Amino acid sequence: MRPVGGSGLLHWAKYTAWYLFTASCAAVFAAPVVFMVVGSLKPDDRVLAEAGGWRAFVPGHASLQNYHDVFARVDFGLFFLNSAVIVGAIVAGGLVVNSLAGYAFARMRWRGRDALFAAVLALLIIPFEAIAVPLFYEVSLFGWRNTYVVQIAPFVANAFSIYLFYTFFLGMPRELEEAARMDGAGFFHTFFRIIVPNARPVFATVTILSFLMFWGSYLWPLLVTSGPAVRPLPVAVAEFKTLPPLKWGDILAFGVMMVAPALLIFVFFQRWFIRGVVSSGIKG
Amino acid sequence: MTMAAVELRHVEKRYANGTLAIGDVSLTIDDGELMVFVGPSGCGKSTLLRLMAGLEAVTGGEIVVGGRVVNDLPPQQRNIAMVFQNYALYPHMTVRGNIEFPLRMMKLPREEARRRLQHTAALLGLEPLLDASPRQLAGGQRQRVAMARALVRDPAVFLLDEPLSNLDAKLRGEIRAEILSLQRRTGTTMAYVTHDQVEAMTLGDRVAVLNGGVLQQVGTAQTLYAAPVNTFVAGFIGSPPMNLFHTTVQRDTHGVLYMAMGRHQVPMAAPHWPRLAAGAAVPVIAGLRPEALSCVDGDSRGPVIEVMVRSVENLGHEKLIIFLPPLEGGLDNTTPWTARCQPRVQVVPGVHTSLAVDTANVIFFDPADGRALADQWTS
Repeated sequence: MRPVGGSGLLHWAKYTAWYLFTASCAAVFAAPVVFMVVGSLKPDDRVLAEAGGWRAFVPGHASLQNYHDVFARVDFGLFFLNSAVIVGAIVAGGLVVNSLAGYAFARMRWRGRDALFAAVLALLIIPFEAIAVPLFYEVSLFGWRNTYVVQIAPFVANAFSIYLFYTFFLGMPRELEEAARMDGAGFFHTFFRIIVPNARPVFATVTILSFLMFWGSYLWPLLVTSGPAVRPLPVAVAEFKTLPPLKWGDILAFGVMMVAPALLIFVFFQRWFIRGVVSSGIKG
Repeated sequence: MTMAAVELRHVEKRYANGTLAIGDVSLTIDDGELMVFVGPSGCGKSTLLRLMAGLEAVTGGEIVVGGRVVNDLPPQQRNIAMVFQNYALYPHMTVRGNIEFPLRMMKLPREEARRRLQHTAALLGLEPLLDASPRQLAGGQRQRVAMARALVRDPAVFLLDEPLSNLDAKLRGEIRAEILSLQRRTGTTMAYVTHDQVEAMTLGDRVAVLNGGVLQQVGTAQTLYAAPVNTFVAGFIGSPPMNLFHTTVQRDTHGVLYMAMGRHQVPMAAPHWPRLAAGAAVPVIAGLRPEALSCVDGDSRGPVIEVMVRSVENLGHEKLIIFLPPLEGGLDNTTPWTARCQPRVQVVPGVHTSLAVDTANVIFFDPADGRALADQWTS
């Protein structure tokens, strides 16, 4: 992707132009996040007053007052805990279920495998909104509304995660598993002691992708929760916005605290994530 | 030391799409024997090894290890170890972890596991590398770790699938000698797959030649070389390969057998086909090893043919003379032949030279099916 060739001045000019271009792209994408962080540190009246110009990105007299206010006005800790429990369970359960499913599709021979895999792939193109209402009806029958389970169970098995695991396992040398079998390992030993430790990139990829997907999930929790007890952050922030008085500084502080874990997870897993995306064969 | 013979009884492997990978292979690998399976790529030799290992299921026949039919046993219950072509070391474990893995699966007492690990590491000279990771090792060292991991279980049978193909030529020679010495010391029954016939000949107690999933011949290197059962084995075993050509043989009224070679009628040495009656010419495929053709240096007893030299390969201890065969008509005269000559012989490309034919070492094959005729017409 980087410009190559040339020498001396021309070479440097090319590089400078390239870095200016990439830096501008980065700035465009980073701007909303910077705006949010800076705004969360400002007094409420200055947030809107400075929103239209460059001052929106300069903290000025920074303070954590807005963060104090958030905790004073709502039970942020509870919402955070709800989100952490729900997303943590989806991600952890998903890693186990989807990796085993991906492995079964990639490596095991069984009747109906190809048809079922085609069905799983077909699920990729069905938007969640299309099944939200029947799913809502179904979980109501189970009596699951307003629980953690209703926000976890439907999402543990995930077609996209299965597909990522499937492509990764297909690319792993078959001899590793065969060697393990020759060495006396049964299915679960082979899977958990040989396959999983060598599949860290795809586990990191799936962790990040499903974390991001469900950390920001809004529609389903809105449908199935009716009080703060099991309500996660995205629904809580929407509700917080409607809670008088309207204070943008507080809303931005809420937003920062909500986004921070996602950024941390990404930074932590980034190295493996990029490798995983490349080796899963889903480049570009 | 666990030892076991391996017996293949009419083993067949047919894939779901109907392709026959292995057709009716029967042979026995004796206790403590090193049997090499050799053949061109796609001949089914690796498949045969995988069938023995239990990584693939046979579709016909029986595989017997140590007197027990193992057809329905999974690999881990066959007491067979295998070294893979790419070694298949576990990348996330150290050398120690790799060698210990099968012992852990066996749930051996810790003291016994430690003893076996140390013994095997010492046997293969791996003690200094036990804490290294596989990616820090050179090709030959990885190969040794793979061998150690297979040996540490004390398996009844040891399978090696082209274990030297990823190594350079010098290292290949060294490791080959190491494998041979290891096999002699441990006395483990070994099945070794290679596509390299030189490797097969130097390594195996016996060599099994496969082609198209069918067993062609099993025998010592000397038997395969001197008495190939068909034209495939004759052409595959030996480097440079045997010179094969269509011709006729005819016995005259004095009882002398002649072989036609272009305009030459070459009288054959006495033992050939005493039962063949005098009369009409019999079509055959004749095979001449390169050493059955030698440069005439001064006087020569026996028949001589004149050939046009195409190129000369000087190997130091000998010269290989490449030439087009002295045949007329037919299709055979486009494949070059090779003759083995003394290094001091002065031969240059583009000139004619005389080659003596060692008629005692001509092998004849049936042109209809390529089988050696020796058994049919000799007494």
